[in-house]
Amino acid sequence: MKAIINRRDFLKAGAVTAVGAAVLPHVLSGCTTGPAKIGGNMTIHDYLEHFGVTEQMIQQIIAEGLSKGGDYCDLFFQHSIGNYIGLEDNAVNRAYSDISFGVGIRVLKGDQTGYSFSEEVSLIAMKSAARTAANIANSSATVEPVAFESPKLPSYYMIKTPWEEISINEKIPYLQQVNDKVFAMDSRVIKSNVWFNDETSYVLFANSEGRMTCDYQPMAQLSVSVTAEQNGQKEQNYFDYSGRRGIEFFTPEAINTLATEAVKRTVSLFDAVKPKAGELPVVLAAGSSGILLHEAIGHGMEADFNRKETSIFSDKIGKKVAKDFVTIVDDGTNPNIRGTINVDDEGNNTEKTYLVAGGTMESYLHDRISAQHYGVKPTGNGRRESFRHMPMPRMRNTYMENGPHKKDEIIESVKYGVYAESFSNGQVMIGAGDFTFYVKSGYLIEDGKLTRPIKDINIIGNGPKVLADIEMVADDLKMAEGGWTCGKNGQGVPVSQGLPTVKVSKITVGGVNA
Amino acid sequence: MNNKERKELAMWAVEFAKQKGASEVAASINNSRSVEIEVREQKIEKIKESTTNGLSLNIYRDHKYSGHSTNNLNKKDLEKFITEAVEATKYLTADEFRELPDPTLYPTDLNRDLKIEDKNYNSVAPEQRVQIAKEIEQVARSKSDKIISATGGFSDDYSESVLVHSNGLIAERASTSFWAGGEVTVRDGDARPEGWHWGGSRHFKTMPTPEELGGKAAENAIRKMGQTKIASGKYDMLIENRTAGRLLYMFVRPMSARALQQKSSYLDGMLGQEIASPVLTVIDDPLMEGGFASRLYDGQGIAARQRTMIENGVLKEYYVDNYYGKKLGMTPNGGSTSNIRFDLGTRGFDAIVKDINKGIFVTSFNGGNSNSTTGDFSFGVSGFLVEGGKIIKPVNEMNISGNAKEFWKQLAELGNDPYQYSSILSPTLVFKDIDFSGL
Repeated sequence: MKAIINRRDFLKAGAVTAVGAAVLPHVLSGCTTGPAKIGGNMTIHDYLEHFGVTEQMIQQIIAEGLSKGGDYCDLFFQHSIGNYIGLEDNAVNRAYSDISFGVGIRVLKGDQTGYSFSEEVSLIAMKSAARTAANIANSSATVEPVAFESPKLPSYYMIKTPWEEISINEKIPYLQQVNDKVFAMDSRVIKSNVWFNDETSYVLFANSEGRMTCDYQPMAQLSVSVTAEQNGQKEQNYFDYSGRRGIEFFTPEAINTLATEAVKRTVSLFDAVKPKAGELPVVLAAGSSGILLHEAIGHGMEADFNRKETSIFSDKIGKKVAKDFVTIVDDGTNPNIRGTINVDDEGNNTEKTYLVAGGTMESYLHDRISAQHYGVKPTGNGRRESFRHMPMPRMRNTYMENGPHKKDEIIESVKYGVYAESFSNGQVMIGAGDFTFYVKSGYLIEDGKLTRPIKDINIIGNGPKVLADIEMVADDLKMAEGGWTCGKNGQGVPVSQGLPTVKVSKITVGGVNA
Repeated sequence: MNNKERKELAMWAVEFAKQKGASEVAASINNSRSVEIEVREQKIEKIKESTTNGLSLNIYRDHKYSGHSTNNLNKKDLEKFITEAVEATKYLTADEFRELPDPTLYPTDLNRDLKIEDKNYNSVAPEQRVQIAKEIEQVARSKSDKIISATGGFSDDYSESVLVHSNGLIAERASTSFWAGGEVTVRDGDARPEGWHWGGSRHFKTMPTPEELGGKAAENAIRKMGQTKIASGKYDMLIENRTAGRLLYMFVRPMSARALQQKSSYLDGMLGQEIASPVLTVIDDPLMEGGFASRLYDGQGIAARQRTMIENGVLKEYYVDNYYGKKLGMTPNGGSTSNIRFDLGTRGFDAIVKDINKGIFVTSFNGGNSNSTTGDFSFGVSGFLVEGGKIIKPVNEMNISGNAKEFWKQLAELGNDPYQYSSILSPTLVFKDIDFSGL
């Protein structure tokens, strides 16, 4: 009997699933069981219906999860719909879509985690997954059903039209416009690739403490890669816009900037040189240079590493680590930015967390386990890639607040150094503190002026040393515009970062030896 | 669902998509079971067990192409999913090269046993896995009192998949893999350098021992104590076998047919020419028994065969997939890498290092990247200073930079010690006069 009810519930969810294939024309998006709700205005009850579950079912699964004596249990239901369309050789000739649906079940016993997930939301399948997760504990217990409460959450990423309602033929012109502009701008352009990704995620969370939350998480990205040729020399570069945005973000101005930046960043490479190898003053341009903070300090402040004392920042809380004008935050509340979340993936409120305030180390980034370990309030950094993964402390949008200097005076203060502007990737060794980031484009600074372009160099530094070596901070904070994804223990989550123009007195720059 | 049922469902999906208007269809269905365990202080820190399913469809509709995947295998839902996927494809631009591979490229012998499936997968008990992880941690911990944190881990998976193409391919496969290892952090003044060592096998009974795994993890952390940055300059570079694979990836993108067609390969037009030192011969070998990337056919259904990519420094083949191969008028040979092995040298690391007068022995890369269009690269590195044939001290926080066109010609020697725990079986490599940035 239950099985029949569950199957019908799942079909309802399945109907929404089909709506999700938004490479599809809008007319096909109807569903047979009546209009399914989509978008950012759904209530907890809409979410329960969306996933085909009831509060009673969730209570039963939690009871199963705690049946071996676990302290805590949570359920993370997720339905994600991703779409991709791509242009190559002047034609939109490829599209991909992906649908992912399931529930992750976690049981905690102290610092220990048992985890399992189910791609079916029938009571039988979910109970079986809960029994697997329950095995982290090894006694027995009976728990009373908990009454659920749903807190009112903020709404940092309302969009006009859900991506599920934007059909493939509405997106195609955007790619063609970018492509046309790229070729029109410079006769040296020989190839252009343009692609549009959107993703929508519906999340329902419930735990054994009676907290139940839901969130609608949109994401969009429009990217262009350009190859140009001059006298037999080829160069390639890239630009993209990404955020928790709706299609209204991609205005004619945005399309124009996207194409212009991509071409500009590509053709400037024809004249690029490599700097001298060794330690140099480095000026980081406002914007995506925030990758410095992500690698140099952000990861090292994720409290799971500190709980195990494996980070170079273990024992640094309350200590002076940088000059007074250095304030670094990790913030989940910036409207429509890529790393923003209304609630974290453990149902905790998001916030603006100060890593460094006025030069002093202030707080780690916590998930539930580490907050409990340190006896502090969670900071809303418990995140996960999907229902298939257990949460851990992760960054959101990491940036430095404005300082007292001006961009021009910073550049003028450098005799010979590097001005780093755009980046492709970075990495850090948590314990040694060595971090790197790869510069795709920038300039040499010679006698206080930006001179020749540079390309393809890696910069390597040490987290605490570089923090102490931040000499100047300008007043022009800018957030990264592109689509950054942070990887940790095999899990990717969307993040962003930002920086005002900053000068570091010395970092090792990859280059050539005389 | 077993493979027989998966095959029936994939065949149904292909037929259904054709009924809805697709000209050609490829459908694959995968199932994977996995267990991951992490142990710390002899307690289970994390345990995760899971089973995941997925169906992927490639739809060709009058030379218009799209790909779709879902983990919802309910047939009623799939009907709707497929109907809409076929409909959506209509809006794309037709491209004459969008079609399934020519059936003559499909595998003819699907019964060859590559020894990549452990038939006893299900008899490995959860307690055995936990025990191995605990032993690894114990071995590691016993190596030094400077150790702050040690973890032992075990993970394995069992994957099955079927692939059905509407122009005559029905294939299935199963594989297992088992991995275990440890991660160790030591106290070294303010710094806490970390080391790791993981090893694996397709078969449980041939896994490396906890003594090896825990011991090497600890050694890899301990040997970093006291690491410093040294002067910039040109040094000979030795690269540890387990790390060298990262460099070989520099070849993969520029060797792909897509990069050639998109004019973003520095190897464009170099077929038959010397692109590396004559000591370098690189073989892509998908048919190796027990290899981590062994396979009879690739994701496009194209039969796997051994390919000599570089022979005595001369570029012999590109990685040509179905679509870009057709676009370039080249015969597809499979567009992706499998197991990569090398013609080996005659000496091991200990003998090679004796001949290095001023060098850096690189044991790990830290970030960095390479540019497939121009060949430029720059990577963060750490390792050891070598002088007069001896390892002198650990070094870190340095970069190497250069251009792949010259870099591979600076390769002087390959060791006889291929790394076993990767699909890239690189030996120790020695390069002459590499640009290092440090102080």
